Amino acid sequence: MSDSNVRFETATPIGDRAKPIKSELLHINMGPQHPSTHGVLRLFITTDGEMVHSVTPYIGYLHRCAEKIAEGNTYHQYVIYTDRMDYLAAMNCNWGWCYAVEKLMESTGIGVEVPEYAEYVRVIIGELNRIASHLIAFGTYGLDVGALTPFFYAMREREAILNIFEKVCGARLMYSYYDIGGVKWDIPPDAIEEIELFVKLFPKKLDEYNRLLTENKIFVERTANVGVVDRDTAIDYGCTGPVLRGAGVDWDLRRDETYSIYDRFDFDVPVGTGAVGTLGDCWDRYWVRMEEMAQSVRIIEQALAQLPSDGEVMAKMPRTLKIPPGEIFVRTEAPKGEMGFHVISDGGPEPFRAKTRSPAFHNLHVIEKIGPGQMISDLCATIGSLDLVLGEIDR
Amino acid sequence: MRQIFESTGLFAGLPEWTLVGAASLSFGLSLFGGLALAALFFVWLERKVAGYIQSRYGPMYVGRYHGALQTIADALKLLRKEDIWPTEADKFLWRLAPILVFTGAFLSFVVLPFGPNWVGADMDIGLLYLFATSGLVVMGILAAGWGSNNKWSLYGAMRGAAQVVSYEIPLGLAVLPVVMATGSLNLIEIVERQGGGIWTWNVFGGLPLVGAITFVVYLISSLAEVNRTPFDLPETESELVSGYNTEYTGMKFAFFFLGEYAEMFVVSAIAVTVFLGGWYIGIPAVDAFMPAPLVFIVKSVFLVFVQIWLRWTLPRLRVDQLMHVCWKVLIPATLALLMIYGLARVIVG
Repeated sequence: MSDSNVRFETATPIGDRAKPIKSELLHINMGPQHPSTHGVLRLFITTDGEMVHSVTPYIGYLHRCAEKIAEGNTYHQYVIYTDRMDYLAAMNCNWGWCYAVEKLMESTGIGVEVPEYAEYVRVIIGELNRIASHLIAFGTYGLDVGALTPFFYAMREREAILNIFEKVCGARLMYSYYDIGGVKWDIPPDAIEEIELFVKLFPKKLDEYNRLLTENKIFVERTANVGVVDRDTAIDYGCTGPVLRGAGVDWDLRRDETYSIYDRFDFDVPVGTGAVGTLGDCWDRYWVRMEEMAQSVRIIEQALAQLPSDGEVMAKMPRTLKIPPGEIFVRTEAPKGEMGFHVISDGGPEPFRAKTRSPAFHNLHVIEKIGPGQMISDLCATIGSLDLVLGEIDR
Repeated sequence: MRQIFESTGLFAGLPEWTLVGAASLSFGLSLFGGLALAALFFVWLERKVAGYIQSRYGPMYVGRYHGALQTIADALKLLRKEDIWPTEADKFLWRLAPILVFTGAFLSFVVLPFGPNWVGADMDIGLLYLFATSGLVVMGILAAGWGSNNKWSLYGAMRGAAQVVSYEIPLGLAVLPVVMATGSLNLIEIVERQGGGIWTWNVFGGLPLVGAITFVVYLISSLAEVNRTPFDLPETESELVSGYNTEYTGMKFAFFFLGEYAEMFVVSAIAVTVFLGGWYIGIPAVDAFMPAPLVFIVKSVFLVFVQIWLRWTLPRLRVDQLMHVCWKVLIPATLALLMIYGLARVIVG
């Protein structure tokens, strides 16, 4: 920051002959090993006592050249690398990539028709993963403000989702379940039963979370009016997802730029209202996530009701996928925000370039603007409310 | 202790100081052993309670019954660990800190009245002494934070010092009405005044209304005094990594840990002494048969349990909110209460 060497006059001189006490800013590295940076984020902060004067995020500790790797792998092979971006919502990352490649195929003339059944499976699994991702956000946010117990409850419910995923695709974290043209396998019948049970039980758990944390007086004190991202800032910095909606912008790709079969479901888009403080504060972002979980449950319920009894899970695909030259940018609504892929094909079996637009990367930047002037505790609360996943920021 | 040694006759021909020395040493050692065991028990209790609150089990294996020996195993592990210190640390302060923290907690045990005859030193200024010794803990925290030469530790230490110093005021003010009513700082006298059944306890009828309010103030302040959630700002593992004790390992860390849990017991024991009728169970007829130390310890452990329960339920406050609660709510409230109570005593008599 350009003004990081400005001195704060903290000490008041006593008497007119006394010289002002010399004070200087304290430079601290918050991270890369720090409990509340949610991974290997390094924040270089200058502080004046408890007050934060400037925040500079340094990233790249988890950089794995994912975009370069894309250029050496076929479209199918790259699916597994998208797992490793937002590892808490790998299904949604898979989905974003597969959807982008399908759109590219469509635009270059070799159309691909994803079967209807597969689209339903994609929606059900994707929304389940959205709940799992938001559960982590909720639980770790509790940890950030000092409530240790909600995390265990959140992990307990996430475990149920991971068990479902294990039945569906055999993996618990890196699924690679979605593939270009559909999904890899059908959902087994017992997994469908488990999803039905989960959908039935989960709203009660949400009530429990709200009683435990959302309505807690201390929690509201800690998060209301803290880390305010106003409407213009959110749009200027390219924030998406709960951060954007928490700032009061009514924008959700699932509804406003609908893809897959989201237009067939009836769901609300929760938008922050500044219910307990200022519009766009930490509490609003947190609340948007809590509401989104409830809405995801609604979507899954409807999808389960409409799910065709049987159908193909994979479209007919050429043996070697070669896409004629062309390029496209496609974005989907991942739990953290808009997950976009800019895919360029030069006609070969591998993408010429696959740029990723990851939501948390853009959401993180806002910390530089809203961080200064907060207290250190608020900074932790703000980072938590942005719900960062470093795998996706660094790629 | 002195009587026991005299009765053995071993010191018959020896000078006086050997008797006193042996008595003091054995008393100190037994207190130390008891204290260490108590602290280990509280660590175990904390882990079990945390486990059950979080829908898991906590320690289950070591010691067969619900991990009963888990904390002893952990303490032994800490004893055997290599003692690592930061190269740039202020060695003297750094070594002094755990000693100060532990000593502060340890010294408090001397005056705790476990029963009519179960007290190390029956001091007339017992209550004042207790607050004085807990002041030592702050010095330890400050020394640890400064001596570690770690910025995060320093933050923890500064927060700890500000917090403990601030909260000692409402803590002290909260017990003053009881002192006024009793007319003494002697802990035994304070307890004996509450001996006429549960209604005479200071929290209920012994000090009508005033006792209940000051008890709540005391509980809140005592949480801050021992750095427990929602006032665990000096440690705040999500903000300051581990606060003032980040750089400590092995035995030094264990001393901080034991000190913290011993302090938890001390503040609970003071609450029991001052507000909850000390070693009396509340029914005069039954009191005659009950072993006094057992009643006292059970009551104190219950209050420790309350502290643990709060820790695993509540989020934590921010440092300015913490100060706000202290200076703008608790201190004016207790001061006003003290004034009203004083006036009432002068007028009513």
